[in-house]
Amino acid sequence: MQLTLFLIFGALAVAGAINLLVQRHPIYSALSLVTVMGALAVEYLLLGAEFIAFVQIIVYAGAIMVLFVFVIMVLNAGEVIDQPRSRIAAFLGLPILTLLAIELISRVYGDFGATTLAMGSPMVQTGPIGQSLFHEFLLPFEVTSVLFLVGVLGAVVLAARREKPQVVAATRQQHDQEKAMAAAQR
Amino acid sequence: MVPLSYYLALSAILFCLGVAGFLFKQDIITVFISIELMLNGVNLAFVAFSHALHQVAGNVFVFFVMVVAAAEAAVGLAIIIAVVRNRNTLAVDELSQLGDK
Amino acid sequence: MTTTTFFLLSLVKCLVVLFILLTAVAYIQLAERKIVGRMQARVGPTRVGPFGLLQPAADAVKFILKEDVTPDGAHKFLYVLAPILAVVLALLSVTVIPVGGTVQLFGVHTALQLTDIDVGLLLILAVTSMGVYGVVLAGWSSNSKYSLLGSLRGGSQMISYELSLGLALIGPIMLAGTLSLRGMVEAQRHLHWFIFPQIVGFFIYLTAAFAETNRIPFDLPEAEGELGAGYHTEYSAMKFAMFFLAEYVNMITVSCVATLVFLGGWMGPLFGPVWLMAILPTLYFLIKVSFFLFLYIWVRGTLPRFRYDQLMSFGWKVLVPLALANVMVTSLVIALK
Repeated sequence: MQLTLFLIFGALAVAGAINLLVQRHPIYSALSLVTVMGALAVEYLLLGAEFIAFVQIIVYAGAIMVLFVFVIMVLNAGEVIDQPRSRIAAFLGLPILTLLAIELISRVYGDFGATTLAMGSPMVQTGPIGQSLFHEFLLPFEVTSVLFLVGVLGAVVLAARREKPQVVAATRQQHDQEKAMAAAQR
Repeated sequence: MVPLSYYLALSAILFCLGVAGFLFKQDIITVFISIELMLNGVNLAFVAFSHALHQVAGNVFVFFVMVVAAAEAAVGLAIIIAVVRNRNTLAVDELSQLGDK
Repeated sequence: MTTTTFFLLSLVKCLVVLFILLTAVAYIQLAERKIVGRMQARVGPTRVGPFGLLQPAADAVKFILKEDVTPDGAHKFLYVLAPILAVVLALLSVTVIPVGGTVQLFGVHTALQLTDIDVGLLLILAVTSMGVYGVVLAGWSSNSKYSLLGSLRGGSQMISYELSLGLALIGPIMLAGTLSLRGMVEAQRHLHWFIFPQIVGFFIYLTAAFAETNRIPFDLPEAEGELGAGYHTEYSAMKFAMFFLAEYVNMITVSCVATLVFLGGWMGPLFGPVWLMAILPTLYFLIKVSFFLFLYIWVRGTLPRFRYDQLMSFGWKVLVPLALANVMVTSLVIALK
């Protein structure tokens, strides 16, 4: 039964990833990635990591991808017309990538072919994860909080509109007076 | 009983598909999404090993990978918004000002 | 318990819950119309059936028979996907809500809950996070200005208040020491209800829940008169009914979680013969949930709605720091004990 579940959701994840590549409109790519993340959450449950599975849904699928969808909506992104590109790269690219995948997978089989995993029980409890996070990994934890602060500041600074404050004079006379005063001060 | 190598093979396939998207897609947002796909593939490998070795550290590391992905997505999307506002295009090839056009 | 018994039992429980939920949604909607009507010095619907009790049936027939209009230029796939997503997610979070202790039916010992996972509260939060997609995709795929604005506002409101929702729940989680909903109720025996130490968290949770379900005073994304009907402007007939259904099921879920986490769930004085003691916990639970639903309707009839910028600044500048302070004070008190 575990094998069936693994195969079903693994196939769903791969199908979502292929759909991500095939779709032309970015919103469908984003939603395909959400499907991949959902399938991976089930895989995490099979591996006994229930906390990580739900955190994946809450953080990754429910916040990061929502950010992507918002940006696609706000930028009114549409389908991008393909530019004429190098033919050689197109012919060589996919075969080389398949070779990379085959190489990775064969290494994996060679080194870890023997180990089998039982269905994820007992599940990893949330308590030990929290303990580990706050004891062994305390420094990375605090560093990530600084990282978030920097990230938020960076995002606000980069995405905010720049408006130069303009002083608008009420009448033309006031405007001329201000200009004369500024010129006299220089 | 699923062998560990199956999980790692799935992780490798997802990672390679992410690389494919990163290299072959024209749309800058889709390129970004492929980066997230690569990170997800790596997360799966972490969790699989965490279960195989009966250690909790793999799960905690996945947590950190998600945190980094979140920060990266926030800043990267802000950059994309700023770039699109200036150049009015989402195509990666048109964003480069190097070389001759 | 064998696998087949488990599957059959779960199937039966699913069907019962679905039936009860759908009927409850219909009658909550009727109750809302009648109660808001009484608050506005008029009676609600009274024509269909005695005291208007068959009004939901008439509404259901109306929804089924209405013409299903799809706007020109809408993204077909997403337009159909959005209400489906909203309903599926709303119903998904009901699977972990326990309504009572364990009972023995036909010789099978079972808990009055579809499934008790160790991280029940995380599933509720996960479903709340995913609920943003229903709103955002609905507005964007409708190819209409009102829908887009409504969905942008609704989506950003939901993700802002989701943060304080989660933070407000951390206090009770620390007090109970578990994320499972059944465990949280069991930790509130003997009137140790979490509302007493966590009164601030309770109010933060309620406010955030009102904002998450897009109800007054936070319903600008679907405000009639200001935004057409917000993100579901372009939906008609069954698709609109599905959004409607999702909203009321979300209300029920949020009220159930509030009773489970803060008001002690089904805990209450047990007395009387055995058959009474079997149904009393569920009765207490229903009474508490009805109180929260009445609160929802009461607030709807009473308060004006927030403006969008007021709403966002309240969520980020007031609720999040307050929730964080609540978490800090709670953890300090627990650590010092």
